[in-house]
Amino acid sequence: MIVTQSEFTAGILDPKRPAPEGLQDGTGAPTTKRFDVYRNNVAVSLTDALVNAFPVIHKLVGDEFFRAMAGVYLRTHLPDTALMMFYGNEMPKFLKRFGPAQSLHYLPDVARLEIAMRKSYHAADAAPVSADALGQIAPDALMAAKLTLAPAVQILQSSHPIHGLWQANMVADAPKPVKQAENVLITRPQFDPVQHLISDADLTFLTALQDGHALGVAMSKAGPGFDLGTILGLLLRQGALTEIS
Amino acid sequence: MLDATQNTLPAKPGVGYKPQHYSDITANPGPLGWLEVHAENYMGDGGRPLAQLRHLSEQFPISVHGVGLSIGGEGRLDPDHLARLKHLCGWLNPASFSEHLAWSTHDSHFLNDLLPLPYTQATVARVSDHIDEVQNALGRQMLLENPSSYLAFAESDMSETDFLKAVVARTGCGLLLDVNNVFVSATNLGFTPQGYIDAFPLDKVGEIHLGGHDEDHDDHGAPLLIDSHGREVADPVWALLDYTLARSGTKPLLVEWDTDVPDWPVLAAEVARAAAALEMVPA
Repeated sequence: MIVTQSEFTAGILDPKRPAPEGLQDGTGAPTTKRFDVYRNNVAVSLTDALVNAFPVIHKLVGDEFFRAMAGVYLRTHLPDTALMMFYGNEMPKFLKRFGPAQSLHYLPDVARLEIAMRKSYHAADAAPVSADALGQIAPDALMAAKLTLAPAVQILQSSHPIHGLWQANMVADAPKPVKQAENVLITRPQFDPVQHLISDADLTFLTALQDGHALGVAMSKAGPGFDLGTILGLLLRQGALTEIS
Repeated sequence: MLDATQNTLPAKPGVGYKPQHYSDITANPGPLGWLEVHAENYMGDGGRPLAQLRHLSEQFPISVHGVGLSIGGEGRLDPDHLARLKHLCGWLNPASFSEHLAWSTHDSHFLNDLLPLPYTQATVARVSDHIDEVQNALGRQMLLENPSSYLAFAESDMSETDFLKAVVARTGCGLLLDVNNVFVSATNLGFTPQGYIDAFPLDKVGEIHLGGHDEDHDDHGAPLLIDSHGREVADPVWALLDYTLARSGTKPLLVEWDTDVPDWPVLAAEVARAAAALEMVPA
């Protein structure tokens, strides 16, 4: 009559299984509904964590669809830590394979954007480099320098209007999304992550910086038409550069 | 060595901190003497949550309350989680650290609920080993909280209060007495809450919790209370608090409200009621 935590867990995750034997009410009678309290607590608390993590996906598919989908997700992707603010990192991959969501091709990329936003929100603080400090470096030295982006910076590439979809669902009176590919830079000037639409050249440049390339190399990768002044100005204003080395 | 001198929560009302109440609480704390935060919400690397907590800790004593350590788990404690907890308690130096008599992790999967344990000598040993590990890692005494129970284990051969006493004797930990949990468990399992309080080692209690519960029924039509933390504290729980305080003397007293969190004035009224309950206790 010993109930192991393996049996208890299996019973919680599969509502069709009977409650483990050896669980009882105060009089010693067996009880299903009491075990259901734990089943319900686990499913609802993990579903709520996903609703909090993916507010845009939740709005796009509606509450009923989202909760049904979350029920499938949580049974195949239980959290591997107690940090609920990071639960759901496998959601983009899951959405790509989840049959009922197949017609919404943009969902996995919207999920990636939502994950990037909360990563940025919880990222480490870092003191930014000032425009003056950058200005004091001689041009040749600057081209050979490596620029470190703040821990809160996130860069995403998508063939869908992920920024437009995010705005339309999270910001009052935002314009309707336009069907187009969108690249997004996320910065965090203080506590709230901010999204910026960036060009393909900007994306290539920032990715090269992230990969540890010197400024000059990153510029040449970005190719003709790339405007260094504009993107550097944005990074400086947003406190997104933390080191020049 | 076990250090209990770091437990410095005042015998005043406190509240479970919610970020939406930040401005209200800092502007006009009223009788609020301290705040409790869930450890796991402050295990990110930076940003607003940590900045707010740093700021709040300059104005209030902070109690760190863990909900994810799985002290009752059959497996070993997650060393990464314990390291994160050590980091948080290290920089914050809270006035108290507490966790639950429950398990929540199995085979490295976190279930995000406080799951129940049978009360046997084997579980006394397992829970005590885990508490030793936590107290050694943190270098301080922790408080262990009594659970809300919806069912019992046929294999249990001791009462919950005897179980807690045995763990305290083995580990030197303190206890967090949740009087709502006592009322919920007593109703659900058919014992008297006053009898539970009479058997509880009140001298080991470092903090008392209060929270709201929901009412349901089980398969046989018997009342089944759910520890939801989503409404006002019920009147019989306030009465059980008075019964407890008359025997224990004043204690740090926390109001918890975790789901359907109301605007601050509603919670402030609960805090005022907790303050009034403390004032009634003879010196």
